[in-house]
Amino acid sequence: MNDFFLIAILVLIYVVIFQISKASEYVSILKGEEKARKQNNKINGFLMIAFLIAGLVGVWWCNKLYYPKTLFPQGSASAEGENIDTMLWITIAVTGVVFFITQILLFAFSFRYQESEKRKPLYFTHSNKLELIWTGIPAIVLTVLVVFGLKYWFKFTSDAPKNSQLIEITGHQFGWEIRYPGRDGLLGRKNFKLTDPAKNNPLGVDWADVASHDDLHVATTMHVVVNKPVKLVINSQDVIHDVGLPHFRMKMDAVPGTPTTLWFTPIYTTAQMKEKTGNPDFTYEISCDQMCGKGHFTMRGIIIVESQQEFDGWIVTQKPEYYKAFPALDPSNPHLPVNDSTSKTVAQGVSIKK
Amino acid sequence: MDNEEVLHQQPLVVHDLGHEAHEHHHKETFITKYIFSQDHKMISKQFLITGMIWAVIGGLFSVIFRLELGYPDQTFPFLEDIFGRWAAGGKLDPEFYYAMVTMHGTILVFFVLTAGLSGTFSNFLIPLQVGARDMASPFLNMLSYWFFFAASIVMFSSLFVQTGPASGGWTIYPPLSALGDAMEGSKAGMDLWLASIALFIISVLLGGLNYITTILNLRTKGMYMTRLPLTIWAFFFTAVLGVLTFPVLLSAVILLLFDRHLGTSFYLSDIVIGGKILPNEGGSPILFQHLFWFLGHPEVYIIALPAMGIASEVIATNARKPIFGYMAMVGSLFAIASLSFMVWAHHMFVTGMNPFLGSFFVLLTLLIAVPSAIKVFNWLTTLWKGNIHFTPGMLFSIGFVSLFISGGLTGIWLGNSALDIHLHDTYFVVAHFHLVMGVASMFGMFAGVYHWYPKMFGRHMNHTLAYIHFWVTMIGAYLIFWPMHYEGLAGMPRRYYDFSNWESFKMFSGLNEFISVIALIVFATQFLFIFNFFYSMFKGRKLANPNPWGSNTMEWTTPIHPPHGNWHGEIPEVHRWPYDYGKEGRDFIPQTEPAGANESSH
Repeated sequence: MNDFFLIAILVLIYVVIFQISKASEYVSILKGEEKARKQNNKINGFLMIAFLIAGLVGVWWCNKLYYPKTLFPQGSASAEGENIDTMLWITIAVTGVVFFITQILLFAFSFRYQESEKRKPLYFTHSNKLELIWTGIPAIVLTVLVVFGLKYWFKFTSDAPKNSQLIEITGHQFGWEIRYPGRDGLLGRKNFKLTDPAKNNPLGVDWADVASHDDLHVATTMHVVVNKPVKLVINSQDVIHDVGLPHFRMKMDAVPGTPTTLWFTPIYTTAQMKEKTGNPDFTYEISCDQMCGKGHFTMRGIIIVESQQEFDGWIVTQKPEYYKAFPALDPSNPHLPVNDSTSKTVAQGVSIKK
Repeated sequence: MDNEEVLHQQPLVVHDLGHEAHEHHHKETFITKYIFSQDHKMISKQFLITGMIWAVIGGLFSVIFRLELGYPDQTFPFLEDIFGRWAAGGKLDPEFYYAMVTMHGTILVFFVLTAGLSGTFSNFLIPLQVGARDMASPFLNMLSYWFFFAASIVMFSSLFVQTGPASGGWTIYPPLSALGDAMEGSKAGMDLWLASIALFIISVLLGGLNYITTILNLRTKGMYMTRLPLTIWAFFFTAVLGVLTFPVLLSAVILLLFDRHLGTSFYLSDIVIGGKILPNEGGSPILFQHLFWFLGHPEVYIIALPAMGIASEVIATNARKPIFGYMAMVGSLFAIASLSFMVWAHHMFVTGMNPFLGSFFVLLTLLIAVPSAIKVFNWLTTLWKGNIHFTPGMLFSIGFVSLFISGGLTGIWLGNSALDIHLHDTYFVVAHFHLVMGVASMFGMFAGVYHWYPKMFGRHMNHTLAYIHFWVTMIGAYLIFWPMHYEGLAGMPRRYYDFSNWESFKMFSGLNEFISVIALIVFATQFLFIFNFFYSMFKGRKLANPNPWGSNTMEWTTPIHPPHGNWHGEIPEVHRWPYDYGKEGRDFIPQTEPAGANESSH
């Protein structure tokens, strides 16, 4: 019943608008078309300037409402992101000036030069001087923006600093898997053909590579150390995903078959950000930014930025993935066969224990 | 001049035959006149009306997914009545949401803003404005429409398959689009999508080759290239872009079909999906993106250039003033068209591409801003000291310039790769491309329809309805897309079905609701236009003056209802450029008027 009324009202509105429009056409014929046209011209000319003023107020109002919700007020959570914010401000300033000048001219000219019997339009076909000015100025300004942009672009895409912490992140429908190298600082080799979740090897780690034996694997939540550069090696198991890190101003696709990398330096711990934003629920989130299927919007990861101590405290509680796949070899396993003895296993057990 | 003379013999011969055949002996049946017509004017109307139907469908889809975005907690039982299991319990299934998003993009980009815009106005205006009886090949022209029609049928039918239409986004990136296991929409729906686009590409090529040939070869006597209206220049570059880039999309589509059905690995490597380890190795999904965007970027100019051409023509006519900097306008169209071939990878800055390569794309992308700026400044100078008539076409052209500025400037942000890292795939991008190519080009299309409706149907549209249509759409467009920049600056990703689980993005629920309401109102307002369009066809005020806007171009020298062949008798000769408005005390001087003895040249 409700729906029916809604539709009826809608139809009624259409009919009313249509009748008014038709009537206005008859009136214009009665009044003389030329006169009616000129009247309409005045109305539209006035609306042009009204739109400009309302639009400028609207731009200010929108900014007032929504600027606090953008990432600007809380600042960048990574050192590199601060460069991006600087560049954003420069670009906003440059494009903002052009925006206001051109929009104001557009609507002001429309209003000012609306049809009038007194005016003879100027026959003005071209001016090489003017053309040169407004080709040259944008070209120079854009060069400045390009130089700035490329300077930062090459900085962000260069090799990660030597002291970076290496972490691997792998996307799949619909979640993130995170792998840390153990003490050796090396991630074990992977081969997608070895993937077998039933045998506790969901990432297809090649156990034949000794470097894999001390690697840690956790789902969803990544721990990183504040003020220490992080280098992410990014993989995907199925379709293209994207590691989106809005607070750090970073982003990189996860492409099946082609590992990608990204690095950044977090400068605030999660606890500091909670204070900074005044939001006790603040979390660094990893958003998947590349359409990846029906659960795209649920593909959420978490980053916890903490002090070195907190990080060390956390990582010792983690068990290498190798022992999840082969519990029998785990030295901390109480059911460990007593005299199972290959010296290899013992050696690895030692190397893994912190 | 020998060549010229030979060329201009041709139309005369055609004319004589055409005149005889079509007006005296041969009786046109309903089918040859309205369905399998070879008259460019009728074909353009077919493109226009098909495009309008698609626009309603594509627009409706956006309203449906905006309902979900605006009211994530509510259910709409009527949706279940319409869509059945896709909206069980009155709540959109995420799979269906993504199908709607994908279809909205596909339909609007290809069927409305390519076929509906360029198809309509290139067909209608090229022969009329260059002074030709018809296209170079009317038969291929007819085929162009019917291939588009076939593409439409295939795409439309994909809405009804069990597993739904394609749903991986209009860019159909593999592996998502290549593997049926990845998504329901990547099953039968994707095959239909690919088939439909293949047919569509044929349509674009047939049309484009015709447009180019006609512009180069069938201009009337005296119509030098430098005397062409800017509309024709825009259609010319658009057609060249289409002919050179659409075949690349076809190759991408064919390789994707191979990967889907023949077990090849062009785009696939190292994939484990749904617990299955796929045998594919050595392919690269990024290869598809290169092929796709080699079309995809020129495609946005295929959409934008005709709108620029139409706006230039309409603004000059209604400011009663010559377009400022005609040669600069042509030059900037040329610059935009050629640069557009060399910027495609700016869509791929975060795919892990070589940063050194990326830097070239930054440079070339930002370079496009220069010719774009020239165009804007020239439009502004055209308005300056004019005598502006606010016809509906003029209003939409001014609106086009405004939207083009707003959306174009943010292109400078996104084209700069360092900023793109942060803004890529957020709502900032959604705001940018909707303003600059979506709504702006739609405005170009509206401007074209309102301006040339009297030529198409010999009647006027209702202006009051047109004014309401313009102002509501203009205000609505800004209300919808302006605040989206802020969502993007908050990092909010596009193509999310629901934001409520995200600590970082959930604070915009009020704004999302607002945007959805405005979108609904703007969508409803478009029916005023559609009603006005069809009603005026039969009941509109009849044209008394064959040149209602006091325009210089050749189409207004034809009779109010131009016959098949456009002019009775000989095609008039052209003596001047099309922008002699307000020259030496005269309001306008048509192109067909010989230069006066003491007249200065422009």
